[in-house]
Amino acid sequence: MSLLVAHNLAVARAGVPVLEGVSFTLTAGRALVLRGPNGIGKTTLLRSVAGLQPPLQGQVKAAPDAIAYAAHADGVKPTLTVAENLAFWAQVFGTDAVETAIDRMNLRALTERRAANLSAGQKRRLGLARLLVTGRPVWVMDEPTVSLDVASVALFGDVVRDHLAAGGSALIATHIDLGIEADVLDLTPFKALPAAMGGIASAFDEAFT
Amino acid sequence: MIALLIRDLRLAVRAGGGFGLGLAFFLLVAVIVPLGVGPEPATLAKIAPGILWVGGLLACLLSLDRIFALDFEDGSLDLLATSPLPMEGAVAIKAVAHWLVTGLPLVMAAPVLGVLLNLPLPGYPWLVVSLALGTPALSIIGAFGAALTVGLKRGGLLMSLLVLPLYMPTLIFGAEVVKRGAAGMAVATPLALLAAITAGALALLPFAAAAAIRVNLR
Repeated sequence: MSLLVAHNLAVARAGVPVLEGVSFTLTAGRALVLRGPNGIGKTTLLRSVAGLQPPLQGQVKAAPDAIAYAAHADGVKPTLTVAENLAFWAQVFGTDAVETAIDRMNLRALTERRAANLSAGQKRRLGLARLLVTGRPVWVMDEPTVSLDVASVALFGDVVRDHLAAGGSALIATHIDLGIEADVLDLTPFKALPAAMGGIASAFDEAFT
Repeated sequence: MIALLIRDLRLAVRAGGGFGLGLAFFLLVAVIVPLGVGPEPATLAKIAPGILWVGGLLACLLSLDRIFALDFEDGSLDLLATSPLPMEGAVAIKAVAHWLVTGLPLVMAAPVLGVLLNLPLPGYPWLVVSLALGTPALSIIGAFGAALTVGLKRGGLLMSLLVLPLYMPTLIFGAEVVKRGAAGMAVATPLALLAAITAGALALLPFAAAAAIRVNLR
C-alpha cells in the first residue's frame, strides 16, 4: 500500500531550481533513503514533501495528516523540560504516547531536566522522540543522526524499524547507515539543468516575465 | 490550541521569557515623564491620557518580535506548520498569549500609573476600558507585523516601521476615550471606533498573518 507518491517533482531553493523530475513512492513497511552530495537539494525536497514549500512542478500525493516532519532544527524549547516538550507535541497531535517515546529514545533519566541543559546528542534524541508522539505514518527526516553517538544511532535504527514493521514509512536524508533495510534514491541524476540548457525556468524569472 | 497557549505562557514566565518587560517599560515611562515635564498638576493632568496610551503602545511594541522569531529560530515554526494545528489558529493563539503576557498587565497597572500622572478622577474607568478594548488590537496587529518579518535577521526595525502606522487609529481613539472621559464628556463615539478596529483586526489579521508565515517559511 503506498502511503505517499511523489510524481515528477521539481523543487527550487531561494527561487533557483535544484532538482527536477524526481519521482518516488513510499509504501507501508519500507523506508527510502535519499543520498546525494551537499547542496543537491535534499532538504529542499524534504520541505516540499512535508508541504512547507510548493514544488515548481509535479505533485505530492499523500493522505492529509500523514506526514511527520523532523528538520535539522529540533524545535526544542530550552526552558521547558524534556517531558514538557514532548507533552506539548503530544497534545498538538492528539496522542498520548509521551511515556512510550521517552522510554524508546532512552530519555527516562532526563525527563525533568530542562532542554537547555541537554547535550547536543540528547537534544537530538528528544527531537526524534517527537516523531513517536505524532502518531503519523510517514516520517520525513532530515539528517536524523547528526550528533548522535553509535549507540543512539542503533537505538534510533530500532525505533525506525519498529515503525516500519507497524506499517509506517520513512523518507530519510542521511549519509549514515541506520542499519535498516531501505531503498536508496541517489539524487545526483536529478540535478536541475540551467534554463538555457533546457531546464525549467526558475520561479525568480517568472516574476519578471 | 490550548496546549500552544499554555506552552507560550509557560515560556513567557520562565527565565528569559520576556514577561514583565513591557510592564517595566510602561512603569518607567509613567515615572520618568513627570520628572521631565515638571510637577505642575494641571500640565500632567492634560497630557496623562496621551502619555499613558503612548507608553502602553510602545510597551506592546517592545516584545512583538518574540512572538514568532524564537519559534522560527529553533525550528518549532516549521514543525507547527506541519502539525494538525491550522496556522491561522496558531497565530491567533500566539497573539492571545502575547496579550495575556503584555496587554493584560498594562491594563491592570494603568490605574496605578494614572495616579503618578495626576489623571483626573473621572478618567480612570475609561483608561481601563479603553486599554482593555485597545490592547488586543495592538497584539494581533503586532502578530501580523511579526509574521511579515519572521525569518529576517534583526527584523525588529522593519517590523516597527510596518506596525506603527497600523497602531495609529487605535492610539488616537484610545487616547481620545480617556481624554473625553477625564473631561466628563461623552465617550461613545471613540469607544465604538476603538472597539470596531479591534474587532476588525481580530477577524481579519490571523488569516493575513498565517499567509505571511507560510510565504516566509518557503
